[in-house]
Amino acid sequence: MIVAEQKPLQEIKALISNAQNVLVVGCGTCVTVCFAGGEREAAILAASLRMSTRLDGKPQEIRHETVQRQCEWEYLDQIAELVQQADIVLSLGCGIGVQAIAEHFPQKWVVPGLNTTFLGLPSEQGVWVERCAACGDCILGLTGGICPIARCSKSLLNGPCGGSEDGHCEISPDTPCAWQLIYDRLLSMDKLHLLMEIQPPKNWRTSRDGGPRKIVREDLRLPTKEE
Amino acid sequence: MSDQTTLEQKAHSNGYLAGSNLERVLRAGHFAVTAELGPPQSADAQVIRQKAALLRGYCDAVNITDNQTAIVRMSSIGAAAIALQEGLEPVMQMTCRDRNRLAMQSDLLGAYALGLRNVLCLTGDHQSFGNHPQAKNVFDMDSIQLIHMVAAMRDEHVFECGDPLKGAEPRFFIGAAAAPFAGPVEFRPYRLGKKVKAGANFIQTQLVYDVEAFSKFMEKVRALGLHEQTFILAGVGPLKSPTMARYMQQQVPGILVPDALIERMEAAGAPWAGKKKEELTKEDKKARTVAWQQEGIQICIELIQQLRQIKGVSGVHIMAIEWEEAVKPIVEGAGLYPRPQVN
Repeated sequence: MIVAEQKPLQEIKALISNAQNVLVVGCGTCVTVCFAGGEREAAILAASLRMSTRLDGKPQEIRHETVQRQCEWEYLDQIAELVQQADIVLSLGCGIGVQAIAEHFPQKWVVPGLNTTFLGLPSEQGVWVERCAACGDCILGLTGGICPIARCSKSLLNGPCGGSEDGHCEISPDTPCAWQLIYDRLLSMDKLHLLMEIQPPKNWRTSRDGGPRKIVREDLRLPTKEE
Repeated sequence: MSDQTTLEQKAHSNGYLAGSNLERVLRAGHFAVTAELGPPQSADAQVIRQKAALLRGYCDAVNITDNQTAIVRMSSIGAAAIALQEGLEPVMQMTCRDRNRLAMQSDLLGAYALGLRNVLCLTGDHQSFGNHPQAKNVFDMDSIQLIHMVAAMRDEHVFECGDPLKGAEPRFFIGAAAAPFAGPVEFRPYRLGKKVKAGANFIQTQLVYDVEAFSKFMEKVRALGLHEQTFILAGVGPLKSPTMARYMQQQVPGILVPDALIERMEAAGAPWAGKKKEELTKEDKKARTVAWQQEGIQICIELIQQLRQIKGVSGVHIMAIEWEEAVKPIVEGAGLYPRPQVN
């Protein structure tokens, strides 16, 4: 899932300070599951902003609504009327949700209430960890299902650097060394030979380095009107 | 590059891969000595010249660090060019942290054109250690891929993309680092093997204080036959104080410092032990520092003598960081002075 966390209240207040009518829009998918921007968080944030702006002596009209997915046009259509009534939209979606709102409602100013942090999973209650860097050319088949691009601090491809000690990364004792994890897993699966091959430099074109990415699936596209 | 290709087959018409002094000394079978010179956090060429004067004649080549510990310093290439003017043979260090493959290859061309002949290919410390933790890191390639790229430029006359070079190729004597005691320890000889396979002609190891542990590492290295395919220089460095020794034992990844060495350092400071800071005069502190330093140098000399006995160790790399003065007594004390002249 996409993992995000809420921005500090002061920063959010600064982002919406010039608006009278604010619409807080939650999202029912990833950010709901990571407790950052779902129905519940949208309601709590709206209440906090109402209270806080009132205490500041500059009360703002704060409404809130949550859609199933901010990243799909059909769900955004459902809040068109509320958006029109607001001066500003405060999105509690991920960065994709914020941009979808901006694109779908070109006349409306939209600001983010979250920092979109990574693609990951909850490793335990209340703890989320990064798992994927969306590099566009998955090598998990070589590394025993543990990603060195996302989980090695240096995205190394040929094994651990000299900073791996007692299973953790040189950057912090709290950061597991991805290559230690890969080594242990390949050893346990009797597949250490995979580590002995020299992996050539990665082709980063499939990653962000190739520019903004796009997938076109002709088999799924609808026929154009001319056809 | 096929595994069967021998050093001679890859060599230039003069019989050497690069013809650097370090390569000549090693291939002549001498026990090599390299040292380290850290560039300043300024544009002051004089700092390089002063440090060069302390090292000249006492080593076969000098590593010029590349933004070591991710702290901005004069570039390795710039400082190496100055060191070269000063009569030292530099080993330019290059990390993967700050440059992508375009920048690395263009720097290799420029460095060779400036007269540099040795390069040490490193991953690089993470930028979170240094003075610009906010920086975006690069890590376009890793150290093994970098080694292969430098070798391919020299031996196959091609850039990383496969395009041929248009003219003279950079002919570097290619070095790599080895961290025998970093995790997972069992994988370390194999990782060294990957570096050798990628094209590393010489290896400089992380600091060795635990000779027994290093001997075990070398046993595995020999079993893989790596000592016959590359020159291995064991890393050594003089301890400055018991505090530094303990810090390295506890805080620095991949360094093993036996308690016995820490006890020796403590014993060297024994006449001043147990006294509070304010009880020590300026002279006391100075005398204690000198006693510690003498012991640190003595330990370093003994380590070199022990490491020299290990089969497959072709030399030592002396890391006396910000203490270049120590190199002379260490090299002399270890019986490695004067350095051989190989033409």
